[in-house]
Formats: sequence, C-alpha cells, structure tokens
Amino acid sequence: MSARGDTWLWILQRASALVLAFAVLVHIVTIIYAVRHGLSAAAILLRTAGDPWWLGFYLIFVAAAALHAGIGMRVIMREWTPWRGRSLDFAALLLALGTLAAGWRAALGLFA
Amino acid sequence: MSWRARNHPNFWAFAVHRLSGLLLAIFLPFHFWALGTAITGAARLDAFLAWSEQPLVKLAEVGLVTLLALHLTGGLRLLAIELLAWRDWQKTAVSLSAGVSLAVGLLFLLNIF
Amino acid sequence: MGETLHVAVWRGTAAGRLVPYEVPVQESQTVLDVVTYIQRHLDPSLSYRFACRVGMCGSCAMTVNGVARWTCRTHVRRVARDGRLELKPLERLPVIKDLAADMSAFFEKWTRAKGTFVPQGELPADFAVVPPGTPQRRAADAGIECIGCGVCYASCDVVAWKPDYLGPAALNRAWTLVNDVRDAGNAERLKAVAGDAGCHSCHSHQSCFERCPKAIDPTASIAGLKRATAWAALRGEL
Repeated sequence: MSARGDTWLWILQRASALVLAFAVLVHIVTIIYAVRHGLSAAAILLRTAGDPWWLGFYLIFVAAAALHAGIGMRVIMREWTPWRGRSLDFAALLLALGTLAAGWRAALGLFA
Repeated sequence: MSWRARNHPNFWAFAVHRLSGLLLAIFLPFHFWALGTAITGAARLDAFLAWSEQPLVKLAEVGLVTLLALHLTGGLRLLAIELLAWRDWQKTAVSLSAGVSLAVGLLFLLNIF
Repeated sequence: MGETLHVAVWRGTAAGRLVPYEVPVQESQTVLDVVTYIQRHLDPSLSYRFACRVGMCGSCAMTVNGVARWTCRTHVRRVARDGRLELKPLERLPVIKDLAADMSAFFEKWTRAKGTFVPQGELPADFAVVPPGTPQRRAADAGIECIGCGVCYASCDVVAWKPDYLGPAALNRAWTLVNDVRDAGNAERLKAVAGDAGCHSCHSHQSCFERCPKAIDPTASIAGLKRATAWAALRGEL
C-alpha cells in the first residue's frame, strides 16, 4: 500500500482505539455488573430490548471493533507471515465486514 | 534475535498487547454468533448461557475479560506514547497496566462465583 | 571471576563459527581491551573496528553476550559474570569479516529517510534565530546527538521482520530535521518516512531506547513522525 494509504490505516486504527477505549470501559463495567446475579437471556434482554441508546452504543462499538480487528490482523500477518499484497488486504477487509455483519445482527437481535 | 536483548518491560508490553489482540480478534466472531442466537428468541440464548455455566468455560471467560483489560490498558499506554509524547513514564505505565488488568480479571472472577 | 576469561569470538563471514580464546583477567578491563588482546597476542588475523576508544565515535559497536553494545564502554565485570564472553558482529547487517559488519544498508536508509538538511531557496540575509527553549528546538535537541553507531538498528525487532524498514536511527534523524525551522524539505521528507517502510511500522518496543549509549529515544521521535504524517494526511498534503 502507498505511504498515504498506510498513514490512513494508522489514523483509523488509533481513532477506532479511542472509541474502543471508552466502549470497552463501559462494556467491562456492564459485564461485571451483569454477572453479579447470574447471567440469563431475560436479564440481558431486560436491559437491551427496545432501548435505542444501547442499540446505538453497540452498533458503534461493533463497527469500531471490526475495523480495529481487521487492521490489526493485517499488520500481524504482514510481520509474522509471508502473506502480503492485495490478497491479504482483501482478506482483512472480508474479516472486518464479516465481523461487522455478525455483530450488527447480534445487536439488532438484542434490540428487537 | 537474542532474547537476552529483548527481555525488558516495554518489549513484554508489546508482546502481551499483540497476543491479546490476536486472541480477542479470533474470539470476537464466536462472541457475536452466541449473542446472535437471541434473534430467534430468548430460549436459544438461555440454552447457550446454560452451557457456559461449566467451570472450564467460566475460567475461559475470566481469561477473556483479563485479555480485554490487558489489551485496553496496553492500548492506552500506546496512545499516550504516540499522541502525548511523554517519555519517562513508560515503564511505570507498563506495570500500572498489568496491575489494573489483573484487578479487573479478579473482580470478574469474584463476581461469577 | 577467576584469572581467565573464556571468550567465544565470531570468525568468518555469515557462514562462520564461534572460536574460543582464553584471555587473562585484568583490573578495569573493557570488552574492547579483550578483543585487542586477542588480536595482538593470540590471533593477528582477527578483524574488528574501533577508533576513539573513549565512547565518542561508536565504531566499536558489537554484539556482546547477545546484546548490542559499545565495547570500549562495556566493563567486562558487568557482562561476564561467570567469566564467559560471546562476541559477534552487530546483528541485522551483513558480516564483512569476523566482528566487522557492513554498515552500508544502515546509512543508505538514512538517505532514503531524507535525513539531510535542505536549505531554503536563497541565502538568507542574516543568521536564523532559533531560541533553544522552543518546543521544536527541544525536540530536535533530544535526538541530535546521534552518531550513527548502529546499536539501535541492531536491536530493533521490526528491522529483523521487515528488511525495508528504515529503522530507528534514520527516522530519528528525519525527526530532528522536521523540527529544524530553517529546513525546507519537509514535504518530501514526510512522504519518505510515512508508510510501511517508515514510522508506521514502529510498535514502540523501545529496544532502541533501552540500548542507545547516548540515551536517545528513537521511539519518541518516531511517535512525533506519526503525528506529523497524520496531520499531513488529514490536510491532504501527503
């Protein structure tokens, strides 16, 4: 990829990291709070069903995580395996999009 | 390259950050799949949650929460190095990160039993 | 530590081997003293580099017990605790012979990173006034003492993983020039240091900082380049 392309990937990785820093903090606090009285689907859905704020939060959280994971995996592959070039870029994009789709599906499933 | 030369705190901070990121990236699709079972109704999600009550799974969950906390605190250290440019604190930041992450993992562990 | 040092020295080229020598222990002995003793008294065919012998030039950099160091500034007592030394040339560079590594690639990357001053078009009417306390001058000062010894380069994991990676010294030098208010070459320089071969491949292991004999922090300089290139990209200048 070009110098400009790599610079943009760096920017996107740090930007998504900032979003995730906030989101993961919320997520960890939520997890610890949620497991205190035993975890059940009912308990989770009580919190998320019909709530547009949680939906919005999870949609953004998932998007940032999918982008961050995709860029991160590409870096690891380029440094620790011989895999390079357009095929790797495409695979990383596929991973990001697949994770995004699965995550948004789950978020919507918890909302509806 | 020589491990004698690599054996210092900031290298281990990198190694932990990369390994935790890799494991979390692999875990994430499974996490979304499990939560996605809620789409067909609460019953399937409950069935999955019941399966996850086994001690080994709970232990793995403690591991995952710890990995998440480690990756977060390691990431904050990196953001500080790259965006704030302070320099003398790095080793302290590494220890602080490790400490906070372990505390989080422990808190999770205490809350699921 | 006893009376004798057991020293294993790399002999040959890349396809060489470690050869053992026995060297008498002396008071206040440096690793360079040990190498010099071997060449003068045991084997005159040993090839190695040194110049000043007093920690100013960086020529004597080698791999001592797996770690890149200046041999003239390394006391034997600090590294040969059990009376054993293993000496090899600097890593990540081709071996010319024995303990002498080929530094060409190291300096060639310096050029590729545009680590040279670019003057403004016309000769200025007067001297440039650069107050030493300004943030840019302080940033340049923090990295300006580099003498190109190669220890950081030899210690960098990313240099090992990516043959094209410009490396800590070249990028550190580029950063000092980015902060030189008299320099006119930043547009090209930022393009040269951005990307996979440049600053964006640094993962802040900080082995460079750990090993630099002048306590320079290339990681911090590279972080500065990351910020500078990001701003350039956001402004459409990259």
